[in-house]
Order: sequence, then structure tokens, then C-alpha cells
Amino acid sequence: MSGTPLRQAQDEALRRTRGEAVLTATNVSITYAVEPPVDAVREVSLTLHRGEILGLAGESGCGKTTFAYGVNRLLKAPAVMTSGQVIFHDVDGTDIDVTALSGEQLRRFRWDKVSMVFQGSMNSLNPVMNVRKQLHDVFTTHRPQMSRGEREQRSRDLLALVGVDPGRLAAFPHELSGGMRQRVMIAMALALDPQVMIMDEPTTALDVLVQRGIIRELMRLRERLGFAVIFITHDLPLLIEISDRIAIMRDGRIIEQGTADEIYHNPSQPYTKQLLSSFPSLTGARGGFVRGGAQ
Amino acid sequence: MSNSLEVRHLCKDFRLRRGVHFDTLHAVADANFVLEPGHTVALVGESGSGKSTIARIIAKLETPTSGEVLLDGAATNFSGAKLAGYRRQVQMVFQDPFASLNPFHSIAHHIERPLRIHHPELSTAEVRRRAAELLEKVQLGAAYLERRPHELSGGQRQRVAIARALAPGARFIIADEPVSMLDVSIRVGVLNLLAELQRSEGLGVLYITHDLATARHFSDEILVMHRGVIVERGPADDVILNPQHEYTKALREAAADPDRLGRLRDEVRAEQPGGTHED
Amino acid sequence: MADRLAGIRYLLPRWSGKLGTGLIMVGLIIAFGLVAPLFAADPRDSSNKGLLPPSGSHLLGTTKLGYDVFSQLATGTRGSLYVGLLGGISAMLLAILFGILAGYFGGWLDEILMLITNIMLVIPGLPLVMVIAAYVQNTEGLGEFARSSTLVALILGVTGWAGSAVVLRAQARSLRTREYVAAARVAGEHGLRIIFVEILPNLVPLIAAQLIFGVMAAVLGEAGLSYLGLGPTNSITLGTMLNDAQTGQAVGSRAWWWFVPPGAVIALLGTGLALVNFAIDEIVNPKLRLAPQAARRQRRATKAGRGVAGGGAFA
Repeated sequence: MSGTPLRQAQDEALRRTRGEAVLTATNVSITYAVEPPVDAVREVSLTLHRGEILGLAGESGCGKTTFAYGVNRLLKAPAVMTSGQVIFHDVDGTDIDVTALSGEQLRRFRWDKVSMVFQGSMNSLNPVMNVRKQLHDVFTTHRPQMSRGEREQRSRDLLALVGVDPGRLAAFPHELSGGMRQRVMIAMALALDPQVMIMDEPTTALDVLVQRGIIRELMRLRERLGFAVIFITHDLPLLIEISDRIAIMRDGRIIEQGTADEIYHNPSQPYTKQLLSSFPSLTGARGGFVRGGAQ
Repeated sequence: MSNSLEVRHLCKDFRLRRGVHFDTLHAVADANFVLEPGHTVALVGESGSGKSTIARIIAKLETPTSGEVLLDGAATNFSGAKLAGYRRQVQMVFQDPFASLNPFHSIAHHIERPLRIHHPELSTAEVRRRAAELLEKVQLGAAYLERRPHELSGGQRQRVAIARALAPGARFIIADEPVSMLDVSIRVGVLNLLAELQRSEGLGVLYITHDLATARHFSDEILVMHRGVIVERGPADDVILNPQHEYTKALREAAADPDRLGRLRDEVRAEQPGGTHED
Repeated sequence: MADRLAGIRYLLPRWSGKLGTGLIMVGLIIAFGLVAPLFAADPRDSSNKGLLPPSGSHLLGTTKLGYDVFSQLATGTRGSLYVGLLGGISAMLLAILFGILAGYFGGWLDEILMLITNIMLVIPGLPLVMVIAAYVQNTEGLGEFARSSTLVALILGVTGWAGSAVVLRAQARSLRTREYVAAARVAGEHGLRIIFVEILPNLVPLIAAQLIFGVMAAVLGEAGLSYLGLGPTNSITLGTMLNDAQTGQAVGSRAWWWFVPPGAVIALLGTGLALVNFAIDEIVNPKLRLAPQAARRQRRATKAGRGVAGGGAFA
């Protein structure tokens, strides 16, 4: 399973299928069953292509996080997916109906095909286990046939991949900085070679310099491994910088979709324009941002 | 200097326990700057740079290890009635609008208390009238007096916090990351409100932030802080457009800039050993 | 004034089956303790025949000495409630004093207050109460007071506050660092006003929970003390009834009507108070209420056929 021929075949398949859809969500609606019910996501249709970074932008409460959790079937009560279909197009050509998965199939689908990194991820590492044990656990659970040596080798490779010294395998989470912990979480998300990564505000809690380092690493990994990313954030300038395509969400709907270039230079919706104008340009006209501001 | 709030040789050390012995963390090391009415100074830095510690020292929530805070040229290391006089002049707006209002009390309580403390001569009706006036000033209106914090959005709460800071009649406002926890589309509104009040009331504002862009547009002078030290200072445009210190340059480089659309992807592609993937 | 009371509504527990059942149980017992002694026969009238089983004239029979059990139960319930309330309140006041002062002011005051609290915590409770009770009751010059239920309640209060103080200190420490407390300081509020106006109202649910816990502990503590013969001698409580039943060998003589009623009232009172406490816990920690409720609603919505995919995170 872990031999290089398969890896090469996978790479080959990845190259061949680049640009094809890897995840298709159709008419997804998600409701919070509270009194009265809240429609958090309303008939959202979205296609993610192989190897692309799709930015999902919107403000708090617009449904972007709920949608991402819904796609991965991670909805917490009282959220209910009330309509729609999510199809995952596997690299070997089979289609998986994610909404129909349950039990063991669902468990294997998550992480293996689609993995997730969220804002608080770095705090979800187990504080009493070192990084090695937590990485090995991923393999013992999902790849039981791997030997101890293979697990160790793969763990070291993964850390190196995300820019963490493999010597830190023995470290406990509290011995790592926030940025390092988030990198370890990204390494864990990459552990099983997923074809899609869903990242929900993965760097929002981190300082700008650290954030930059992680984003750059993510872009590198994407080039090397060819996974697709749904990158969710409120930080539209960042999305414009790194995404291939961007979808703007508001009140549970996708109100505009386009390439990063279209969204930046040619937004069609007033809300998109408003969002863009909420971020002052660093180098643009002085004071143009503050209405009649200081001279 | 008269009519100013000045920070002189300010230092703050924290003792951190490392196993059996203690380490000293220099949270702020020799900070100097002057805040004048009608001017905004931005203090820019990442978390842990010491910028919030400076805010808390000026707001008299912490005592400095050494150095002093001068109001109108006079030392301010006092307590009691004189401290009340200092607080009347210097007020603070906190970062988290969801934590800075007491969930138990109405909005009226939050604005009327500082009025009563600093102006005990006012009648109840007069206090109420002034509280309503203050809410008008922050574009909320008297109807909000009877509301409770949980009924307000983040932006509205932060406006209440600004009204509370204005209530004693302050000349200097310390704004510690006042919009970083708000939704992006309402940040501009709150910042513009602060800018307007700063001009109409002639306030001196210390704007503490990690965001270079708003620091530039919102302030006259920028101080860049790194690990407790102010590494660069100057007029806002100079610091941002022509940074001298390595750290300021790195910060500028790391700030998201939509004008660099796709550049990061191209850079990263060029680094790949196998050359570029072609779409 | 209206604005000062504005927050109270959000501190009240949400109505629920648990709260309702608990309130009804506690309410009935309190009503029984207040009203029943007014029309019941004299509990100290020993002119009846001994060990009569329940009948029309003696609803719950009589004791070995001929006391009417129903009258004793009515007066005993009142006595136990008095001890419980007084003991609970005095424990709560001490817990507030130690816990909140230590938590808010910190520093050396915290060290000293917590040292005392910790000493109180590690001394085993019942033996300490026994020693103090035995000592005080033999002190000269206290007269009637020496063996009164008031003194027993105060002893229980003085020995039973430490656990609550630790809980309140932790919460006060956490509230002290809230931004609204810092904001009140910047606005010019003084220490005690911050404690009583800004912090204490937000601790009310927690204090109420500790009070109920204290009342339960005092009722049970009094029962324990009385059972051991260290309780009040000049008043009747549920504990003294059990003590009488034990010394009168009620179990041996199969006089169930003698020991079951006081035991049942203690158990029901404890259950009722615990149910009320659950409801208060849900205000202190809303997740206790919201998580099960959310899961229920999701299940219901899915069952109603509105869901296209099975359950969520744990499917």
C-alpha cells in the first residue's frame, strides 16, 4: 500500500485529472433546529476542482463554517442538513455520495479523502501525549498494515514537510509555539494523503509573521502534493492573494463566485465591494480610508 | 510639557517561574513617547510585543517596574482622590466588546456610573440626560439606555464602550485593539467614529493594533514595537511606505495585499524542483 | 433602581421538569414543617400507649414512650429545616467572605485566607463537628444555648464553608480578570463596590447552588450528630427522632412507622434540593442544558424526515 509505484500512479492520476471536479456540493441547505429554526446554509452549490484553492469568504454568522462542517458530515447538534447532495469524485474514478455514508465508511472517508484544519486545531492536540504518539495513532487507526518503522519514517517526513524539525517528534504540545502546533495539525491532516483539505480560519489566531510562514508552506505543499483546498476566512485580501477561485457568502447563500482576479478587480455584488472596501490598502492613498480623516 | 500625556523611560518586567528558579521577562523596555490632544499615535506590534502592557500601565491597571507616566508634565504615581482626577483625563477602550460590558447591568449603568463617580454634583435627571447625549454621540441614541449588553451586536457594544470612556470627560483615550474582534464590515464604522470624535473633541488617542493598514490611515505617528522595544517610529506614511527597521519590513511584507494577487503561487511554483506544473 | 435589577431575569433558572419537581418536593416539605405543627397534637405528650401502629387517632402511630410520631415528624421537620437554613446561610456567608476576598484581592490576603480554608478542608468534617459540639456543649455558662439547635446549626456552618469558599474563590479570580472589571477600575470604581456591584451579581447562581448544597449538608450533618447523641437536646429534629428510634430499638420491634417517616423526609428533602441545584447548575454552565437539548432537536428533526444525511459528528 505504501510502495512508491502506487504513489507514482497516484501522482500520475492527479496530473491527469487536474482541473476536474473533486468535490461537488449541490443545493446544500443546513438548518439549526432551534426555536425558531435558523437556516444557516441555503441551497449552496459549489464545485471544488482538483488541486485548486477555493476561497470561501464571509463574515461571522454567514454560514461558511457550517457549510464546511456539513460537507465533511461533521455537523454538531442541533444542525441538520435538510437538503442537497455532496459527491466526492475519487482519483480512481469512483464517485462517493458523502451524504449517504455512515459508520465505518464515514470514518474512513474523513481524514483519508477529506481532512480538516480549523482555527482552534492547535489546541486540540492531546496535552499528555507527545507529537510522535499522536502522529503514529493516525496510522495505527487508518493504516493498520504499516510497520512501526514505516510509521516513524512517515511521521518524520510529514514534520519535515510542514517545516518542523523532525527532532520535535518527542516534544509535547506545550513545548511548541502556537504556530508550530498548527503546523503539526496540518501535518496530521496531510498524513493520509487526502485529496481535499478544508481549512477554516487556520491562521487567524496566529501572528502575521507566523501566519505568513504557514500560508507559504501550504502553497508549497499544494504544488507538491496536488490536493485541493477550501480555505475559509473573513480575510478577503489574503484570499485574493492566494486563491484560484473565491466564493462570497452572506446569510447562508453564495452571492458571488469567480476567479480571485474577477472578485478583486470586477466584483458584481455591492456586498463584495463593501467587503473589499473594509480593508484599507496598505500603500494606497493616505487617509482615503478614514472618512475625512486626519490630514 | 503641558497639555500632554507622556511616557518616559517606561519599563515593565514580569517574573516567570521556570521550574525552581525565576526568569525575568522584559515586557516593556525603555518606552518613550508623547500623546497630544488632537493627535493619534499608533502602537503597532504582534501579540506579546508589550503594547497592551503599555496600555494597562497608562490606564493604571499595572504599575511600571521603572519609569513614569506624566500628565501635563506632572508625575502621576499617586492614589486616592488624585488618581480619580487622573482617570477623569485618561480613559481606555478595551479589545473585547463581549467581555468589557458587565452582562448583569444595563447600558445605562455602564455610562451613568463614570458620570456619577466623576461628577457627583449632577442630579439623577442630569446624569440620565448626559448619558443619553453620550449615546447620541456614538450614534446609538437614548433608546439603548435600557438595553442589556447581550441584546447588542459587537459593533454596538464597542460604541457603548467608547461612550463610557468619554463619560468622565477624558482628554486622552487608550484604544487597545478596539476593532480586532469585530466583523470586518463594521470595523470601518467604529474606526471612523473614533476619528470623528478625536477631531470634534480634540482627543489624544493611542491606537494599539497589529494591523499596519489601519494604523497608517488612522494615525499621525506610528511606533513599531517588537519584544518590548520600540524599534521604529515616525510619521505614519514614512514608517509604512519607507520602513527602515528589518522587523517593520518583515511585518509589511507579511501583511496580506490583494495587489500581489497570485504572486505567492508563482513564487512557490518557481521554487519547485520539478519546474512548474502547467494547468 | 430599575436598571440595577435589570440583570436579575437572566440569573433565574429556566423552567424545566427537574426544577419543577424539585421545587414542589422542597415546597411541600417546607409547608409541612410550617403548617403541620400548628394543628398536630403536642409532640411531647407521652400519655398515649407506646408503640401503637398507625391508626385514625395516631396517623403515624406512637413511639415507645407514647409520643405521637406525626406530631414529632411535623415539629422535627421544622427543627431540621431551621438547622439546615441557619447552618447553610452561615456557611455561605463565611464562604463568600473567605472565597471572594481571597479571589478578588489575591496576594498575601489570598495566601492567608486560603491557608485557613485548606486547613478546614483537610480536617475530617464529622469528627471535627463532634469534637466542637462536645466541647461547646460542656462549656460552663452557656445555659440553655449550650444544647440548642441554633448552636448546632452554627457549629455546622463554621465547619462546612471551606468547600464552597474554594469554588467561589476560583470563580472570583476568573471574574477579576474579566475586562469589565478592569473597565470598572478605569472608570474609577473602588474595590468593595467592584466586588458587590460588578462581581457578586454574576456569582449569584453559583452562590445559590452553594447555599442549597450547604443547607443539604447542614440537614444531614445535624441528623448525623443527633444520631450520635450530640445533637440538640431541648428541641426535636428529624435527627433526634432517628436517635430516639435507634435507642428505642425501633428496628428490632418492627416499629417501621417510627424510623421510616423521618428518614423519608430527609431523603426527599435531599432529592428535592439536589434537583433544584441541577437547574441552577444549568445557569452556571449553560452547556449542561444546551447540549442534550440540541441533540434531542437534531434527532427529532432527522426523524421528521427533514434531514438528508444521518446524524452529525458522531454518526
